Amino acid sequence: MYMEAYNKILEEIIREENLVYKKTALMTDKPLSYCPGCGHGVAHRVIMEVIDEMGIQAETIGVAPVGCSVLAYEFMNIDMQQASHGRAPAVATGIKRCWPEKYVFTYQGDGDLAAIGTAETIHACNRGENIAIFFINNGIYGMTGGQMAPTTLPGMRSSTTPYGRDVALMGNPLKMTELVAMLPGTYFVARHSVHTPLAVRKFKKAARMAFENQKLKKGVSFIEVVSNCNSGWKMTPNDANKWMEANMFPFFPPGDIKINGEMVAKAEKSE
Amino acid sequence: MNEEIIIAGFGGQGVLSMGKILAYGGMMQQMEVSWMPSYGPEMRGGTANVTVILSDERISSPILNRFDTAIILNQQSMDKFESCVKPGGVLIYDPNGITREPQRKDINIYRVEAASEASKMVTSKTFNMIVLGAYLKIKPVISIENILQGLKDSLPARHHHLIPVNEDAIKRGMEIVTTVETHGYASPS
Amino acid sequence: MADKKLMKGNEAFAEAAIRAGCDAYFGYPITPQSEVMEYLAAQQPHLRTGMVLLQAESEVAAINMVYGAAGTGKKVMTSSSSPGISLKQEGISYLAGSQLPCLILNVMRGGPGLGTIQPSQSDYFQATKGGGHGDYRMIVLAPASVQEMADFVKLGFELAFKYRNPVMMLSDGIIGQMMEKVEMFEQMPRATEFDQRWVTTGKTPDRERNVITSLDLDPARHERHNQKLQAKYQLMRENEVRFETIACDDAEYLFVAYGSSARICQKSVKLAREKGIKAGLLRPITLFPFPYDEIDRLTKQLKGILTVELSAGQMIEDVKLATEGRVKVALHNRMGGMVPSPEEVLDALITHFSI
Repeated sequence: MYMEAYNKILEEIIREENLVYKKTALMTDKPLSYCPGCGHGVAHRVIMEVIDEMGIQAETIGVAPVGCSVLAYEFMNIDMQQASHGRAPAVATGIKRCWPEKYVFTYQGDGDLAAIGTAETIHACNRGENIAIFFINNGIYGMTGGQMAPTTLPGMRSSTTPYGRDVALMGNPLKMTELVAMLPGTYFVARHSVHTPLAVRKFKKAARMAFENQKLKKGVSFIEVVSNCNSGWKMTPNDANKWMEANMFPFFPPGDIKINGEMVAKAEKSE
Repeated sequence: MNEEIIIAGFGGQGVLSMGKILAYGGMMQQMEVSWMPSYGPEMRGGTANVTVILSDERISSPILNRFDTAIILNQQSMDKFESCVKPGGVLIYDPNGITREPQRKDINIYRVEAASEASKMVTSKTFNMIVLGAYLKIKPVISIENILQGLKDSLPARHHHLIPVNEDAIKRGMEIVTTVETHGYASPS
Repeated sequence: MADKKLMKGNEAFAEAAIRAGCDAYFGYPITPQSEVMEYLAAQQPHLRTGMVLLQAESEVAAINMVYGAAGTGKKVMTSSSSPGISLKQEGISYLAGSQLPCLILNVMRGGPGLGTIQPSQSDYFQATKGGGHGDYRMIVLAPASVQEMADFVKLGFELAFKYRNPVMMLSDGIIGQMMEKVEMFEQMPRATEFDQRWVTTGKTPDRERNVITSLDLDPARHERHNQKLQAKYQLMRENEVRFETIACDDAEYLFVAYGSSARICQKSVKLAREKGIKAGLLRPITLFPFPYDEIDRLTKQLKGILTVELSAGQMIEDVKLATEGRVKVALHNRMGGMVPSPEEVLDALITHFSI
């Protein structure tokens, strides 16, 4: 008796019109290995949603880097290749040159893209490969335990800058996104975040554009996602997001930098 | 037949291309051929040399230090390769720029004043073809027809109008080569 | 005759690539192999067969472009010379670990460091014993003529796809730069179908997603992966040994040499025979797998073996493994871009074995 009533209630609740959230179709069933509160999971989901909505799973090849997202291929239910450290843009170039009609993207962290892989990033962007590059910037080497990244802010602490990054000794943080926007081979360059529902919606719109642009064959779409690393920063997820807004955003301001091959004038930048 | 040749001089004298034309000609004549250049910065002005082997059999080593024929076009090459001619072999040289004449008495030595002759021709770039003519006079291992065919094959089509000039140069070289020393080799002149 | 051409080894390699139906070449200039990319560029392979040609920003980028393209089932290749091949080692390790087929040409020059642009064979250990990190092997083909620079492209791709493994052609400045007569094989079509069991061309509804990776954080599973790789290398040892013997039937002394050194020794054999010395030559064509069994078989009739190498003596270790101390094995070598003459090699044989 009791079970019947229970099942009846379930039937009434579990209906399409009541659905407010569902698992992203192109994410695998494997539990994410990222720390709770990390932005990677959201960024993965958004990219998979875009591929699902565009119906291009059968034509998409992703390239995973070395870093926290080294296992991205465990979570994304698409064909993927795991690249050696920093070389994802070269790997993506190899794929795209042989399959110009397919959709190819890389998913890279700041150490991978902006330190060891600087040459590959700059040259893939400068050649104008028709690929999408997703650049997750949390200002730290997460996977290896919180060392200084090329994007670590001045004064910011990490396990290799325990007293804060001294730019006189350790150099300046690198604004890779502004740098690649200067290159003629980039078509769409933007900086986003995934820490609020609004930010997620904006990032998703940009990600969609990055895949749509591949049909136009006009060059690289490059999207930086400023993210947190609450483990590496040694903060709670909430505090990490607040710290990110207060400290990362002034140095790495969200917004469009280049659209349709044209630089966006500074005054027009919203956010 | 097995003919092992070193051609040596300055980069820019056409040493490598002369060897190439010989190799092409040999191929036209159904021979086995190999062409092994010195490579690297020499290509751009230093000393350059090339080993060419023409043979009726499968060629073994493309690298040699004893030659049937040495064609020597500058002093450095004379210093280096005079001693590498097999006894009874052939040395052909252009005296232009040579400060020490060849000393050997056990080889056959010929002179060709190719540089001076080339300066009198339509273009001095025919220098190496005059030298080649001298060689073919002394050692007619490849027919003129096959050399010209080789020249045609080794030159891009846009340079084919230069073939008659080169043919003239080869013939001129055959005329002006002179004997300095003979030892056991009777050239067909 | 129509297809008999006089070509440099590097050019023959490039022409053979187009004819073997190669889909893509990614490279970076370095002496003495720059003719490979120059020849391809002049040929406009995108017009001839649709083949992709791209000059990368570095050797590192080039090998990783090879990785990406190979992961989609395409026939891809790169070429370089010793210092550049060192830079590619990480990528080669990844290719081997991920079981991707490709063809890599090393036109060796002298080292260590920037070394010299002159010919050398001092990358034997690197090519045959691993090179990059981890326990892996590549099939290593050693061309000794311009003809083999062409023929081994076709063979190399066949072996690469048969074993899903990188194949290296280990050549040197002599074979790359010399011109010889070469008979080219006919144009082969480029592949249009790809093995959907492993290629990453996009996940279709009829199959699971494919992932190209060499990473496995579970040690037990990763050990099984390594065992699988080792079993594959064992199959190569059993099935792919290739070598050539010259005048070995009655030989009392044996030269063992590969590539350009083997060409020099061929002449030394002739010179030895003229002096009444019964010399023969064993030329390994595959350096991995190495012809241990044939050397072992010949050992019984030999008074001595001279390995001839343009290195400090690398292949000699494999020759000694094959002979297991039953016959004296000596070395004649030159280094740093120097090359021995056939007479010098014969003198070394006579001296070492007091003939």
